[in-house]
Amino acid sequence: MAKKNSYQLGQANINSNRGPGRMRIAEKPKDFKGAAKKLLEYGKDILPQFILAFSASVLSVIMNLFGPDNLSRMTNIIEAGMKSGGVDIPAVIKVAIRALSFYLVGALLILIQSLNLNRASQKLMRQMRNDISHKLNRIPLRSFDSSSFGDVLSRVTNDVDTIGMSLNMASSSIVSSIVTFIGCTVMMLLTNVKLTVIVLTCSILGFMLMNVIIRKSQGYFTRRQSYLGLLNGHIEEMYAGHLIVKAYNGEKESREAFEYLNDKLFENNWKSQFISGITFPLMELLSNLGYVAVCVFGAMMAKNGQIPFGTIIAFVIYVRMFTMPMSMVANSITNLQSAAAACERVFDFLAQEEMEDESYKTQKMDNIRGDVEFSHVHFGYDPDKIIINDFSAKIDAGKKVAIVGPTGAGKTTMVNLLMRFYELNGGKISIDGIDTKDVTRENVHEQFSMVLQDSWLFEGTIRDNIVYSMTDVSDERVIEACKMVGLHNYITGLPNGYDTVLSEDSNMSAGQRQLMTIARAMIQNAPLLILDEATSSVDTRTEQLVQDAMDLLTRGRTSFTIAHRLSTIRNADIILVMKDGDIVETGTHEELLEKGGFYSDLWTSQFVNAEAI
Amino acid sequence: MFKAIKRMRRQEVALLIFSILLVLAQVWTEMKIPDYMSNITMLVQTEGSAMSAIWKAGGIMMLLALLSTLIGLTSGYVSAMLGGLYSKHLRSDIFNKVQSFSLNEIDRFSTASLITRSTNDVTQMQMFIAGGLRMIIRTPISVVVALIKIWGKHWQWTSLTGGAIITVMCIVVVVIKYAHPRFRKMQDLTDELNKTTRDNLTGIRVIRAYNAEDYQENKFRDANEKLSSNMLAAQTVMSSTRPVMRFVNDGLTVGIYLIGAYLINQTIGTTDAIVTFSEMVVFSNYASRLLMSFMNLEMIFNMIPRASVAAERINEVLDCELEITDGPETEGIEGRDGTVEFRNVCFTYPGTEGEVLSDISFTAEKGETVAFIGATGSGKTSLVNLIPRFYDVTKGEVLVDGRDVREYNQHSLRNLIGYAPQTAVLFSGTVSSNIEYGEGGNHADDEDSEAEVKRAVAIAQATEFVEKMENTYDAEITRGGTNVSGGQRQRLSVARVVYRKPEIYIFDDTFSALDFKTDRILRAALKQETAGVTTLIVAQRIGTIRDADKIIVLDEGKMVGMGTHEELMKSCQVYREIAYTQLSEEELA
Repeated sequence: MAKKNSYQLGQANINSNRGPGRMRIAEKPKDFKGAAKKLLEYGKDILPQFILAFSASVLSVIMNLFGPDNLSRMTNIIEAGMKSGGVDIPAVIKVAIRALSFYLVGALLILIQSLNLNRASQKLMRQMRNDISHKLNRIPLRSFDSSSFGDVLSRVTNDVDTIGMSLNMASSSIVSSIVTFIGCTVMMLLTNVKLTVIVLTCSILGFMLMNVIIRKSQGYFTRRQSYLGLLNGHIEEMYAGHLIVKAYNGEKESREAFEYLNDKLFENNWKSQFISGITFPLMELLSNLGYVAVCVFGAMMAKNGQIPFGTIIAFVIYVRMFTMPMSMVANSITNLQSAAAACERVFDFLAQEEMEDESYKTQKMDNIRGDVEFSHVHFGYDPDKIIINDFSAKIDAGKKVAIVGPTGAGKTTMVNLLMRFYELNGGKISIDGIDTKDVTRENVHEQFSMVLQDSWLFEGTIRDNIVYSMTDVSDERVIEACKMVGLHNYITGLPNGYDTVLSEDSNMSAGQRQLMTIARAMIQNAPLLILDEATSSVDTRTEQLVQDAMDLLTRGRTSFTIAHRLSTIRNADIILVMKDGDIVETGTHEELLEKGGFYSDLWTSQFVNAEAI
Repeated sequence: MFKAIKRMRRQEVALLIFSILLVLAQVWTEMKIPDYMSNITMLVQTEGSAMSAIWKAGGIMMLLALLSTLIGLTSGYVSAMLGGLYSKHLRSDIFNKVQSFSLNEIDRFSTASLITRSTNDVTQMQMFIAGGLRMIIRTPISVVVALIKIWGKHWQWTSLTGGAIITVMCIVVVVIKYAHPRFRKMQDLTDELNKTTRDNLTGIRVIRAYNAEDYQENKFRDANEKLSSNMLAAQTVMSSTRPVMRFVNDGLTVGIYLIGAYLINQTIGTTDAIVTFSEMVVFSNYASRLLMSFMNLEMIFNMIPRASVAAERINEVLDCELEITDGPETEGIEGRDGTVEFRNVCFTYPGTEGEVLSDISFTAEKGETVAFIGATGSGKTSLVNLIPRFYDVTKGEVLVDGRDVREYNQHSLRNLIGYAPQTAVLFSGTVSSNIEYGEGGNHADDEDSEAEVKRAVAIAQATEFVEKMENTYDAEITRGGTNVSGGQRQRLSVARVVYRKPEIYIFDDTFSALDFKTDRILRAALKQETAGVTTLIVAQRIGTIRDADKIIVLDEGKMVGMGTHEELMKSCQVYREIAYTQLSEEELA
């Protein structure tokens, strides 16, 4: 049975960030200007497209601003016609055609703007994602030590979406809103100063009122968001620990915690929802107030003959055009702020220190025998806390090295050092006499095959998983490797054979997965071998198969085995005993038993009856 | 969608109806305002009309505007309340339902999916109920009211407006047809991209070891390319429709004025001309509102499928029938306490074929230690999971304290048992809160729980690291216990069992993450504690179980041996095989 209820945090995290944008609280960037500057620098390539889009946007707004003016003219011609006894139809048609062509050009410009913005922002997003993926493989493993790193990364991919969205929507709406706002004011002023003052007073009053409300609502939003986080956390936790909740009758406790959080969430939820919903009717009110004011005062002025009726028509439309951008701008600024915060995270990630560029290293290991020497190795994950002190050992080609020690003793440290995942603090590790520091990391990696405890397979066909990054691997070799590890029959028994796609829920046992990674190592055929032979998840029968396959693999290769099995330890040519990160003893099985130290303690504890102590 | 409404409580339905009425009222008041604009136009155009009449019309308009806002605010309040209440109830219903699930149902949905259903899908529904529903109601109402207002004024205007409506509807159809499937596909493509990144993260060592960075990047690039081009295509369609819609809307206004000019020209000099003039001013207003309503359709069509998917997924959970239900009994049969008995038990996971356990019979007497060994997939975990009734047997009976587990009330049954699963589960809280977790167990009323926690921690060999932690027993444990190591988690999980003082202990491979030495000392301490208590242990290591009173060897769901270590070494082939892979001949002697 695959353990389905394992803790699938990543997935849930990714999803929870995908909430509807409307209800998201504004995240404040640390340095808005800095982020904007970096983004500008990063998006140099698409800048022309952006500028084109923005200019199109500005022009289209200007085109649209003439709309009400034209309607006003039409109205005036008609009104004049009513008084003089005949409407000047050709004049009306002329203005109508002009109005339509203005609108048409405006629409085309919007089209140009949005197509360009789409293209540009997609390009930027694609570029950003690719850069993140590229960066990921150039960061030293050391950076992954802090546990939050994976979290950050999953957020980074979402951040790219946020940036893309706000570039696409917010930036264009801010530009057009501002232009509309200014343009409207100018057009209104040109048309009639008195009415403009009336409209402006109404709008500014309304805008101030709205600001107060928005500020007030922030608290609810923050609380809502944090209760939602707590509640979702509780749900995740209880579902993941369902077995224990049931076994210990913890339902009541869990339910009480849930109800408490759910009540709190409800309180803040509806309040924040209500307040965010207030803006819309208020904007409507604003617009309606302006409308009414224009109608009444305009009517009075028209009656006195101060203005032609067309002015009222124009103003009615201007009022609508004028109030719309104010709510848009408020919204867009919130969006841009979260985009800036997202930008900061993305650029922080992209600015992470990379591994040293090694292209200047010309020396290369080739056709090596497999002698490995540790000389005076010093190492600590934290340079102030050296855990491996002056370790030296010489391992001849073809020998078997076992690394043993209790859980958490730092057995993987050895793997990290051999593979140069981490750099030494002192001393050197050499292969066939060549210091691994003198060649590129890739060259070091080429010398090793590696089979790790958690058999890492990706979603793809069986063949792809086995061949992996190697090129020019014939099908025969794949089949041969699979035959050697005893997987061939199983694979050919699958409906699609070697082309079967592995997915998370494919019912391959842990042992079979492990055998696949061994086959992968066989294809790689490197002279040195690292094995983490943890078989706690593998059943005893398959374990035998895995064991045989691993034995086959170690033949003729220098191998480093993180030993969990006693037979491995006994047969090893040299045993490295680790405790608290350091290598405390080295020697063969017999030598170490004789010594009566930590190793012999470990060894005997397995077999002494518990009562005897 | 109707299913979503079906789930509503009476109070919520009342709110919903109220909210519909409010929308109706709001639309009516909004549409009423231009009528007075028409009045004012008439007044302005008619010579000699009184100034006061304009003021009066203006005053009414102002009142209507305020009324509309007031209704809008109330409607916002009602919707927010409705959405909040609905999501609260829905979330609570789902949570309680899931809490009552057995492992059967959990397996069927998978934990990750249940989490999404209880969090994201509920939020999705809330958004729909609070925002979408109002919009959905509003659109047809606005259309109807606007149509009534402009109907029968002049056929030229009506047909022009009709033409515009048809154009806009066509655009909506295009969007639904072309952009919509792409938006739906987007989620899958994003998931694929995220999966690639996750693969890259989890396999970082392998990737580096195989120099497969480029391979991985190319894979990512492909997925990225697919996502980008799909997104671009969808957005292009969407953004092309917007200017067209706008042009139609603006063009309609110009058209109405143009037609108006002709109409007025025909009736020039009569009062009809003035009426037509005022109608023209208002007509364009209504027509443009009408078109706006249609533009909302686009948003609605985007919202409905998402909400209906969420509703479906939620309903699946809520409609799921429980397979394990409570029995009436709360106590075992007297004189049989501390016993576990399997009688010809067969077990098949629901929805699968092939028996995981077949014909298992054994008895664990009070105070005995019974161990289960066998290959992965041999059914060890499945076997012990039947005892706390995480699953029900397919055939046969499992008896605890002499009574079939199905006769018990689940709560009472589990009070008898202390269970430590394969993967230790810790909750966020403190060391103590994790150990004292749950209800039941044998605790005296005047018990010093602090001392009991200490004792349990000591037996689980966790004292050393717990007392090294900041705040020791009150030290914070993060969610999932990520701030302690795997071995430490296991020990705390054992301490939880010990603290409970149950009649029956179940350890499902609990000691595998411990090193040999800790394993040995822990078992020795436990042995003293569990004197007189029935203990069931699942293990991989022979060393862990060789001194058990009874070892049961499982192979592909069948019992192939039962006895002590020595007996099995003589009689059981499978057991011997396991023993030889782990121990050498002389150590076994």
